[in-house]
Amino acid sequence: MSDPPLHRALGLTDDELERIRETIGRDPNPNELAMYGVMWSEHCSYKSSKVHLRALPTRGRHVLVGPGQDAGVVDVGDGLAVVFKMESHSHPSALEPYQGAATGVGGIVRDIVAMGARPIASLDPLMFGPLTQERNRWLFEGVVAGIGGYGNCIGVPTVGGEVKFAEPHSLNPTVNVMCVGVAPVDRLVTSDREVHEGSLLVLFGAATGRDGIGGVSVLASRTLEEGSDEQRPSVQIGDPFAEKLLIEASLELVERGLLEGLQDLGGAGITCAVSESASRAGLGVELDLDAVPLRAPDLEAFEILTSESQERMLAIVHPSRLDEVLEVCSRWGLSSPVVGRLVAGGGLRVTMGGTTVAEVPARSLADEGPEYVRPMAEPAGAAELREDDPTFATITAEPREAFLAVLSSPNVASKRWVYEQYDQLVQGGTVLGPGADAAVVRIEGTLKAIALATDGKGRFGRLDPYLGAAHAVAEAARNVATVGARPLAITNCLNFGNPERPEVMWQFAESVRGISDACRALDTPVTGGNVSFYNESGGSAIWPTPVIGMLGLLEDHRFVVRPAFRPGDLVYLLGETFPELGGSEFAEVVVGTISGRPPALDLDREGALHGLLVAAARADLLTSAHDCSEGGLAIALAESAMVAGTGFAVTVPGDLPWYASLFSESASRAVVSVAPERATGLEDLAAAHGVACAPLGETGGPRMVFDTVFEVTVEEAARAYEDAIPALLGR
Amino acid sequence: MSRPPRIGVVTFPGSLDDRDALRAVRFMGGEGVPLWHADRDLHGVDAVILPGGFSYGDYLRCGAIARFAPIMDPVVRFAAQGGPVVGICNGFQILCEAGLLPGALIRNRSLRFICRFVDVRVETSLTPLTDGIVAGEVLRVPVKHGEGQFIAGPDDLARVEERGLVAFRYCAPDGTVDDAHNVNGSANAIAGVRNEAGNVVGLMPHPEHAVDPDLGPTGGQPMLSSLLSSALARV
Repeated sequence: MSDPPLHRALGLTDDELERIRETIGRDPNPNELAMYGVMWSEHCSYKSSKVHLRALPTRGRHVLVGPGQDAGVVDVGDGLAVVFKMESHSHPSALEPYQGAATGVGGIVRDIVAMGARPIASLDPLMFGPLTQERNRWLFEGVVAGIGGYGNCIGVPTVGGEVKFAEPHSLNPTVNVMCVGVAPVDRLVTSDREVHEGSLLVLFGAATGRDGIGGVSVLASRTLEEGSDEQRPSVQIGDPFAEKLLIEASLELVERGLLEGLQDLGGAGITCAVSESASRAGLGVELDLDAVPLRAPDLEAFEILTSESQERMLAIVHPSRLDEVLEVCSRWGLSSPVVGRLVAGGGLRVTMGGTTVAEVPARSLADEGPEYVRPMAEPAGAAELREDDPTFATITAEPREAFLAVLSSPNVASKRWVYEQYDQLVQGGTVLGPGADAAVVRIEGTLKAIALATDGKGRFGRLDPYLGAAHAVAEAARNVATVGARPLAITNCLNFGNPERPEVMWQFAESVRGISDACRALDTPVTGGNVSFYNESGGSAIWPTPVIGMLGLLEDHRFVVRPAFRPGDLVYLLGETFPELGGSEFAEVVVGTISGRPPALDLDREGALHGLLVAAARADLLTSAHDCSEGGLAIALAESAMVAGTGFAVTVPGDLPWYASLFSESASRAVVSVAPERATGLEDLAAAHGVACAPLGETGGPRMVFDTVFEVTVEEAARAYEDAIPALLGR
Repeated sequence: MSRPPRIGVVTFPGSLDDRDALRAVRFMGGEGVPLWHADRDLHGVDAVILPGGFSYGDYLRCGAIARFAPIMDPVVRFAAQGGPVVGICNGFQILCEAGLLPGALIRNRSLRFICRFVDVRVETSLTPLTDGIVAGEVLRVPVKHGEGQFIAGPDDLARVEERGLVAFRYCAPDGTVDDAHNVNGSANAIAGVRNEAGNVVGLMPHPEHAVDPDLGPTGGQPMLSSLLSSALARV
């Protein structure tokens, strides 16, 4: 057996090689091939997804920067901008959970810093296989420890996210990381900044080593198969202390106005940072690899060019500012060599040891990658799966047992074991932390706060990817509105299987269509995101799981609405319940099936609910509000009771069977409570917004009383809810 | 005319709660003065806080490198002269490493990082954080640490107890000290200790994250207001 040709080993197709030849007018040398290999990888070039992503709505009143830069930027008024982005680190985490997750946090934080913003919050949507399997426990514990180990050490609070469990994630855990930052609008480092010919490239931060050669870019552009563990050395190793210094030094450089540009080094390392910087400026670059500080003396050119060593940034500096830049870096103990300069023309010329080792057009690497319209086909059996709807199954379960089973299902149960390992408080702005509908973080020096929620609906997506994606947007916006914030814009991470399979590509296209429609209807444009393909092993892919990161704004954080009941209030259900158990938690846990149609979604009704929730918060009408989604009305009521230690007694409205009333996951609903004297105010406001508002009962006492169906003490429920995940971990 | 007490907060490389400590000092009416690890003087502050974080990454023992920072010379002198010095979390670890406080902090009993609001019982009013607080009072403050389990050798522990050097203990909301509320498995549920002179105190919980009622419990308010009056006594 002969080895495959080099270009194929680097992940390039024969056609792609031909295209490179046409671009540079000759055969590429191995260094150039390595550069194209990482830059034209699926991870960096979005070659399978671009054609679909163009359909997303990306403009809006508040959007300052949409997709295409390091992160999206939204104007929140008073001269302030919020910068946010989500990304996947699933592939490295599948191989080495601690470092994979840790470096995911590091990478997304640098994306925010590269826009000139101080990171003020992180959120981590995670999905694993069932915790009954030992390997899944190892992945789960490792990922959580990695997020904490890195995030806690850099002083950015982890304020939210979600944790879900489903069999397809056994071999393919999904690790998404989101970071949010704040900056004065006039200090943002966007690609609009004027960059001069002759300006210098300063590489500051950690030295470059062999760790993570072809790391994320290559790992995340293939499926993981048997023997993938051997790729563990491709996973980068994080140094959060270096990251903390990098954050402070970068922000000081930005605050003092010393930079023309700032770029983080992530996937595809220095090749990506340099080619993107040059391409944006419409200039070329001379890059001197001899000036790059190395961890090992014998690194070869292609290794330096593609290393994904962590904790490095690239600054574009006018020569007149160089001394000041070097002084700042030195005070933070960071090396900061000049590694290149911007030159006329569009060429990227790389030298090492006095000779040219690569010379290609910068634009061809950064912006002229291939683009594919891949074939699509609906998966076989999808229609049958939808027809088999658990809503019409014969339910023999006892209501009380069913309730406790859903409450202690790992998808629903308390994630305290996870979030207590994260510093939620540092920076002193956390108004609402993990466990709430949305995290709420104050913007220092103002009354404003941002609300943040992440949502993925894998189960719904499996049954109907269009609806699953639209539900994810709707639920994320609802979560933000529930705490009283106006939903403004989204970022996302689109997690899918192998795009070369028509079924996966169809799921992807349907999901993007669902996001598009929902974001248009709810007026929450897409400011960027990340596509993570190849989340499959042995031909078995994860469910189509777009995860939505929603940003909302509270003009005054003191009007935040929390989920906790208070004794002596009245409980209302906003929105309507239909018999819709397809893809529900109840169907999976009690009926034992993941099938049927996901609940219908009427985006006008959804938007009306959000308008009502925000108006009610502004009018200070509500004691509590809580989104009614996973696990249905029963779980929403129980969660508001448990967090407060206050019970309730409700009548179950309508003439649906108990399991449909209590466990349907119909969209566009929330459970709220109000002081009796404010009940009329709420009813009137709901009528004005055209939202159904049904009285359920009242709060108080140690028990949760569900009509004549069943009752349980808050204490017993809380025990089931809190103990579920620790028990599965054997703790 | 009196001026607000000036409270210095040291930033080491890797300090994380330094800005939070400064903000809390200002919230309580003091003047927060940022101090830099490489400085060799305290710029005339009336009290010093060593804040939380991961100084130098804490890749060795927590606080083991920070104790050698240039700023620590004047801090040690200031402490020897009776100046109020408070170590919070990583700052507590640094004070133990520097020999200004007895005992040491090791990994939590659970071996995991823990971020949670806890109750602590004030054990003595003879510290800059508890001056004016009656022993036995229970305050709600958060912990967030991976290495906060207080230990000491048998003789040291006996001395700490006999000499009344325990400043805070983890407890139930009603003040009962029991194993269930000992969040990290500390010896005798010790959450904070003081030196013999009573001017240096360290604790794992974060009073600076419990002052603003808009954000949560306010058990840090009496502690920081005590620090301000201790500092004022020197003005």
